[in-house]
Amino acid sequence: MAAIIGTTYKCYHCGEECKDQNLYHNDKHFCCEGCKLVFGILDQNGLCEYYDLSRNPGITQKIKVREGKFSYLDDRQVINKLVHFTDNEQSRVTFYLPQIHCSSCIWLLENLHKLDAGIIQSRVNFQRKEITIIFHVDRFSLRKVAEQLTQIGYEPHISLNDIEDKKITTYDRSRIFKLGLAGFCFGNIMMLSFPEYFSYGNYTDKGMKEFFGYLNLFLSLPVFFYSASEFYISAWKSLKQKFLNIDAPIALAVIITFARSIYEIISGTGAGYLDSMSGIVFFMLIGRFFQDKSYQSLSFERDYKSYFPISVTVKKNGIEENIPVSQLKVGNRIVIHNNELIPADSILFYGKAAIDYSFVTGESVPIEKTLGEIVYAGGKQLGGTLEMEVVKEVSQSYLTQLWNDETFDRSSEKKISFIHELSRKFTWILFAIAASAGLYWYVNEPSKILNAITSVLIVACPCALLLSATFTNGNMLRIFGNHKFYIKNASVIESIADADTIVFDKTGTITQNNNALVTWEGSELSSSQKDQIFALVRQSTHPSSLAISYHLSSGVQLPVSHFKHFIGEGMEGIVEGKHIRIGSPSFVTGIKEHAPVAGKVYVRIDDKLTGHFIIQNEYRKGFEELIKQLSERYRLALVSGDNSAEQKRLIQLLGTESTILFDQSPENKLQFIEQLQKNGHKVVMIGDGLNDAGALKKSDAGIVVSDNINNFSPACDAILDGTMFSRLGSFFEYAKAGKKIIIGSFIISIIYNIIGLTFAVQGTLSPVIAAILMPISSISIVAFTTGVSTLVAKKIMI
Amino acid sequence: MSAIFLLVGVSLTVAAGFLVAFIWSVKNGQYDDNYTPSIRMLFDDPVKNPDQSANTKK
Repeated sequence: MAAIIGTTYKCYHCGEECKDQNLYHNDKHFCCEGCKLVFGILDQNGLCEYYDLSRNPGITQKIKVREGKFSYLDDRQVINKLVHFTDNEQSRVTFYLPQIHCSSCIWLLENLHKLDAGIIQSRVNFQRKEITIIFHVDRFSLRKVAEQLTQIGYEPHISLNDIEDKKITTYDRSRIFKLGLAGFCFGNIMMLSFPEYFSYGNYTDKGMKEFFGYLNLFLSLPVFFYSASEFYISAWKSLKQKFLNIDAPIALAVIITFARSIYEIISGTGAGYLDSMSGIVFFMLIGRFFQDKSYQSLSFERDYKSYFPISVTVKKNGIEENIPVSQLKVGNRIVIHNNELIPADSILFYGKAAIDYSFVTGESVPIEKTLGEIVYAGGKQLGGTLEMEVVKEVSQSYLTQLWNDETFDRSSEKKISFIHELSRKFTWILFAIAASAGLYWYVNEPSKILNAITSVLIVACPCALLLSATFTNGNMLRIFGNHKFYIKNASVIESIADADTIVFDKTGTITQNNNALVTWEGSELSSSQKDQIFALVRQSTHPSSLAISYHLSSGVQLPVSHFKHFIGEGMEGIVEGKHIRIGSPSFVTGIKEHAPVAGKVYVRIDDKLTGHFIIQNEYRKGFEELIKQLSERYRLALVSGDNSAEQKRLIQLLGTESTILFDQSPENKLQFIEQLQKNGHKVVMIGDGLNDAGALKKSDAGIVVSDNINNFSPACDAILDGTMFSRLGSFFEYAKAGKKIIIGSFIISIIYNIIGLTFAVQGTLSPVIAAILMPISSISIVAFTTGVSTLVAKKIMI
Repeated sequence: MSAIFLLVGVSLTVAAGFLVAFIWSVKNGQYDDNYTPSIRMLFDDPVKNPDQSANTKK
């Protein structure tokens, strides 16, 4: 069973290829001990239906979670902050589980009570990737809940953010209420207005007219006071800033329509335009609802706090204990385990540090630190346990300083849409028409003045304009989402459309983290040597080892004996009687003077230095074509935190006109964007990590590329799935087309307005005409924008 | 014609009933998550003999 050649098994749990064929249980093969363990637990508890619902639904368990990682969940303070509700018997807690991805996950997580009687109930919200668990306080603890979840492969993500500001998951239901209420009132008012439409107001029964009129008035009250309230608030806010936004004319139209209707009904002179008013509000709310489509499981507003752990292990007088990160003081001795994040700038005291700074700087190769060196916060330790002394508090650290930049202060400075610009002009024209109509009737027939002016304002409210923008943008957001380009909100589409400069980050953005280009330099390797090296590198999970093993990927599984791993240096072992050493030059040759060279892995077989592997990042698929496509219309630039090793290759790709900068700190990137903006450019920043956070925020539209969209991406305006990277050019094109569609539908709405206004200026706008014109214009515009934007999407993207 | 007054009153009451039902369902959280329940209802009832089912099913 040791070396079956040619047959590969897929892990029954996670679907990954099984490199070791000896791991099986009940005829099922597993890729690692972890997966096998999870299967064992589920099998024992009769939860194997998990595997029937989807194929290989599990999550790979190759990276083990350290025991005692959740010990901080025993802390009273932490518990109080995480648990939303507790009494003497039960507690309720909600965890974010980024691993949730299929129906099997839902099934398993909702059957947690079968695993342990301490859990009373668990409920999954798939879209938010959250689980709410109710558990017995006396029989179970929060820590056990987290550990139980981790054991079956769903490690809850608990970050500093969860603790600092307690956020209870609230759903904004008010918009649904407003919409439902407006729809209800609109429908009933329409129905009660039918007699008015058919009889043109000539009722045989006078009492009936009054009855319907007052009933309509009564029904319109909730629409006017509740459903439409957000328009007044927004309009008022903009007026206070001496700016006329799109909600101002709408609020004006709603108020005037309502006032005139009240007057007509009470004085008995007419039926008013309450149907039009409630209709406007209803359609407008639908548009907003459509536009505010949210990607609930994606977060666009993350800062360093969501990356940072809640607690850290502190060593005091030889005793290790967990304390919340926020209580970390200068001088504390902290213990950092494998794969843990360093929360504060500190000095290394003990252990071999290989710090992965890809989070902070974008540099993909782990950096080795020697004792006594300062290690900056945000790095992730790969390898053994470290001990260090904190020199700066968390909030003062190098990494967190970026967030003190003023870019992050101005919380949500709204970009002014061209729609507002149009609506402002529109409003002034409208006032001019109303005034001239008023003047005309003042001369000819003064009794019609009020009628004409109010009619103009009622019929010409720019609702069609607003609808065209909201529905086009809403539909575009949906289409982008279908193509795995998730945009935060509609104004981002416009920013993308207006951009003239695109700035790329390198590592993780145009390169793929787990897909490296490996080349061999040295004497030619025989196939048996390749197999031997493969057998050795397979033993390690270091990124370089993974890259090499992926490169060699031989089907032969050779046993390795006397395997030894030297953290941060390399490894050795005996394969087929050959003693092989792989790692840094000083480790492989035994000569200390060699400085470590990033991206080079040396190999020694027996006593002969055979050569070295060069590990280069491979660019994402279609990157070259994308650059070609974009360079015709955009200024391109690349800012990287990485060293300049790949400068030549990049210059070749991007051309000599593009700016290419290396060794850029997060601040440098931010300043670069700022400089571009000062020169009048509209910048789209495409990045991936925390190191780009400042630049992403500063840019007009910050796009994050992520291979797993549910991973943690920094604050941004849009998230792009890595597989769709090459389509970016067509996405930009589509965003531009969107603007044209909006203008097109705006022209249609103007035609409707002209028709309506001809009635209005003559003072002959009857409720029937208003009732017919209003829904027809709204519906046809909605149909036009959604139809055209879908068609254009098909033309551009597919 | 007085029947109209009565009928309008009745129809509005019925409609208001639906409005209340709608508000109630929103408050109950029915619109908070509109995906998971659609999956949840497809799950079968628990299998009686778990050990056997794990061995026979592949």
